[in-house]
Amino acid sequence: MSEPLIYELSRPGRSACFLPDSDVPAADLPEEWVRSDEPLLPEVSEVDLTRHYVRLSHLNYGVDSGFYPLGSCTMKYNPKVNEEAARLPGFAHTHPYQPEATVQGNLELMYALQQMLQALSGFAAVSLQPAAGAHGEFAGILVMRAYHLDRGDSGRNRILIPDSAHGTNPASTTMSGFDVVQLKSDARGNVDLDDLRAHLDEHVVGMMLTNPNTLGLFDEHLQEVARLVHEAGGLMYGDGANFNALMGIAKPAELGFDVMHFNLHKTFSTPHGGGGPGAGPIGATAELARFLPGPLVELCTDCEGDGCRCGEDEDECDEPHEHFRLVWPESSIGRMKAFYGNFGILVRAYTYIRMLGAQGLRESSESAVLNANYLQARLKQVYPLPYDRSCMHEFVLEGRIEGAPDIRALDISKRLMDYGMHPPTNYFPLIVHEALMIEPTETESKETLDSFADALLKIAEEARTEPDLLHEAPHTTPVGRLDEVRAAREPRLRWTPGA
Amino acid sequence: MSSYVPHTDADRKAMLATIGVRSIDDLFAVIPQAARAPQIDLPEPLSEAEVLRELREMSEANADLDHFATFLGAGSYYHYVPSVVQHVIGRSEFYTAYTPYQPEVSQGTLQTIFEYQSMICGLTGMDVSNASHYDGATAMAEAVIMAMSVTRGKRRKAVISPTVHPEYRQVVRTYTQGMGVQIVGDEERGAGPAALAHRIDAETACVIVQVPDFYGQMEAPSALAALAEATHRAGALFVVAVDPISLGLLKPPADYGADVVVGEGQSLGLDPSFGGPYLGFFACREAYVRRMAGRLVGETVDGQGRRGYVLTLATREQHIRRERATSNICSNEALCALAAGVYLSALGKRGLRQVAELCYHKAHYAAREIAQVPGFSVWQDKPFFKEFVVRCPLPVEDINEALLDWDIIGGYDLGQVDPALADHMLLCVTEMNTRQQIDDLVAVLRGLSEGDRE
Repeated sequence: MSEPLIYELSRPGRSACFLPDSDVPAADLPEEWVRSDEPLLPEVSEVDLTRHYVRLSHLNYGVDSGFYPLGSCTMKYNPKVNEEAARLPGFAHTHPYQPEATVQGNLELMYALQQMLQALSGFAAVSLQPAAGAHGEFAGILVMRAYHLDRGDSGRNRILIPDSAHGTNPASTTMSGFDVVQLKSDARGNVDLDDLRAHLDEHVVGMMLTNPNTLGLFDEHLQEVARLVHEAGGLMYGDGANFNALMGIAKPAELGFDVMHFNLHKTFSTPHGGGGPGAGPIGATAELARFLPGPLVELCTDCEGDGCRCGEDEDECDEPHEHFRLVWPESSIGRMKAFYGNFGILVRAYTYIRMLGAQGLRESSESAVLNANYLQARLKQVYPLPYDRSCMHEFVLEGRIEGAPDIRALDISKRLMDYGMHPPTNYFPLIVHEALMIEPTETESKETLDSFADALLKIAEEARTEPDLLHEAPHTTPVGRLDEVRAAREPRLRWTPGA
Repeated sequence: MSSYVPHTDADRKAMLATIGVRSIDDLFAVIPQAARAPQIDLPEPLSEAEVLRELREMSEANADLDHFATFLGAGSYYHYVPSVVQHVIGRSEFYTAYTPYQPEVSQGTLQTIFEYQSMICGLTGMDVSNASHYDGATAMAEAVIMAMSVTRGKRRKAVISPTVHPEYRQVVRTYTQGMGVQIVGDEERGAGPAALAHRIDAETACVIVQVPDFYGQMEAPSALAALAEATHRAGALFVVAVDPISLGLLKPPADYGADVVVGEGQSLGLDPSFGGPYLGFFACREAYVRRMAGRLVGETVDGQGRRGYVLTLATREQHIRRERATSNICSNEALCALAAGVYLSALGKRGLRQVAELCYHKAHYAAREIAQVPGFSVWQDKPFFKEFVVRCPLPVEDINEALLDWDIIGGYDLGQVDPALADHMLLCVTEMNTRQQIDDLVAVLRGLSEGDRE
């Protein structure tokens, strides 16, 4: 089933592209600049190229292939209309430096999306700049840093992060120049309040909290946590990776968060693309809004206002003349990337929110939570559930089966592939032994959930009766378990001729 | 229907019974009552047909590059995207997959990234490429962070050329604001390779240049090689940002001493899309592979000796190393890297050279013609590739407004980034610009020039 590398299909002189002949006189090439070798690129015909990539696509499993309960990733269905919207030539074929008057449609969409995310979260302002969740976290911590420095408080250098957090939280903290203090979780999966109190002092920048957390649990002491952090002069950062549980259910700003990122590629149905591109806008309270990364989009309703450049001549402008423009927050931390964010992803998220409205979004979160609780109820008799309470949109089981001591979470996951399903997230969060983190999302039907639960129950039986079936799984995939140790010890990271 | 939820009432009832609760609300009992069920102020939902109509109208409020001739570049480029690119990245087995953590069911994504890494190395002359960054600017910022890590965190200075894209320089500063890093060099207007070499000291972790630079120009390879040598003598890394299209024709950065090559890959098969999603590429010498940020795909075998691909050297990354990771990057731009791989395969080495030559010859034709218009002059002191600077007799804003009446989107107003360059315009010409479009542009400029003198 293996597919040759595209370089192995290459034959000198082939090409898959028709280019125009030059219609201008040739200019002299700068000899000292002309490369002496040819770049090492493949040469293939279009039909061979197409078949190569189509065959590779057959070796891949996506949400459109089947159930993808990868915890913490929100692998919900990616509506096709989103793709059509983002490809509209009026959006896709616009340049970021066109005069503002010629991109009013783009700016209107961005403005509307800022408003929508504000409405859902309760934040006073949203910046669409960050390109991914981790990028948003980094921006958010820099915002918290700027806030403290602006108040003349330069003695703060620690960020509190629960032991259940995504690895990006501590990594973003380091990039911002701060130290990480890891907090324990209590027996019910909440932040341990005693541990929190013990670490709160005048050195705390703030706390990063994912809520619901990566156990899929809504912190029972959230308000108390936020109160304590604020009392110590710290700020609450919300990791919005799990916002899919809360759309229309509760607003993070009202729950005590000061700044938070959204993962448009999780919560708002934009596809994950095999790893990206995503988008990680951040929202902030009124107090922090002026530190957000720029630019933002503003609606200008007064054509004669200061600095107004609507593209109309003043005498042709009938007031009030509405138009959109890019503006910089007063004390912005700066730019997180070139231009204005992952616009094509913003179009998809806008489309999704526009089609669902407040009620559809709330129904989506409700069903995400219903689906997770249903699976949890069906599976917890067989797979240990370390925190036995109602979950939100995901839950974490232990990949441990009574009567099958040699079976690990990895074996269970690999065996699921033979049942035609994508495995859950393994070995995360770190505080659960042999974690299997399951997030079904709202777009899956009861039949799909049942077949997944049936498969996991069947696998538990197999683990006891035919453990090798699991140890040697998967059996039906294009390749079996790969030698990752060898890949790391003798890294082979590119094709080389003659190898 | 108001959402993509498939449940019938009977499904819901059965599921609630299995869970053992009476209503969905019971599942949310943990949420503080005061914050529950807030008022959400969103527009009424639309059907698919309605939403598409609304979006089409919105998109048509823009002037798009299909209906306007464009001479705008400055970091985002309008190149031809072969049809096959969209068809491949539109395959949902690719675009609806997650990061390939489970290699047995992700060989498609993994192999396309391995091929992409190979092509980026093939273009730049570097040993290793990662799987992508958000864009060229963030790739450059990660290069600065890697250079500090390579010099064991003891060096806290980056020397950056003033001719690096202004937004890239801003992003480098945003990224490093909490790290106690000093960014120097770009405050000195006109600082060339020799002047930059004087800024290097024992504190310097890296030296960064862009080729062709923001103004489209190229220093002599020998001057860049001398700067690389000065950088290496001081024990620092030489970081070069490049236009990947130019590498079809021009010397790869490896030839003049680069240790790290970064850049914006949008030109390789991605639409301008109002600035994103784009593709940051990042390649370097093998010695630094364990200090790199981002995903890396490597080749290995399965239990039966079959070739396969996996994410590798993950101990650099945040999900393993947490606060000691080389970067916080998790999601990247994998689908954009796939597009770039398809683009580079479709063109091949000859096709890419042809695109580069078309850009070069057309840009030079345009520059020659514009230089002949009274009042306009073109920077000619250094060779350029597809962009060049024109000094204008009128404010650039006025020229661009006049050009719009002729369905032409003019160049980038350099006065926005440097007051000394008011009345200077950065023009970009690619294979998408026909001779007719160039002649039309010149004719409008000529008309403006004559009007101005009357």
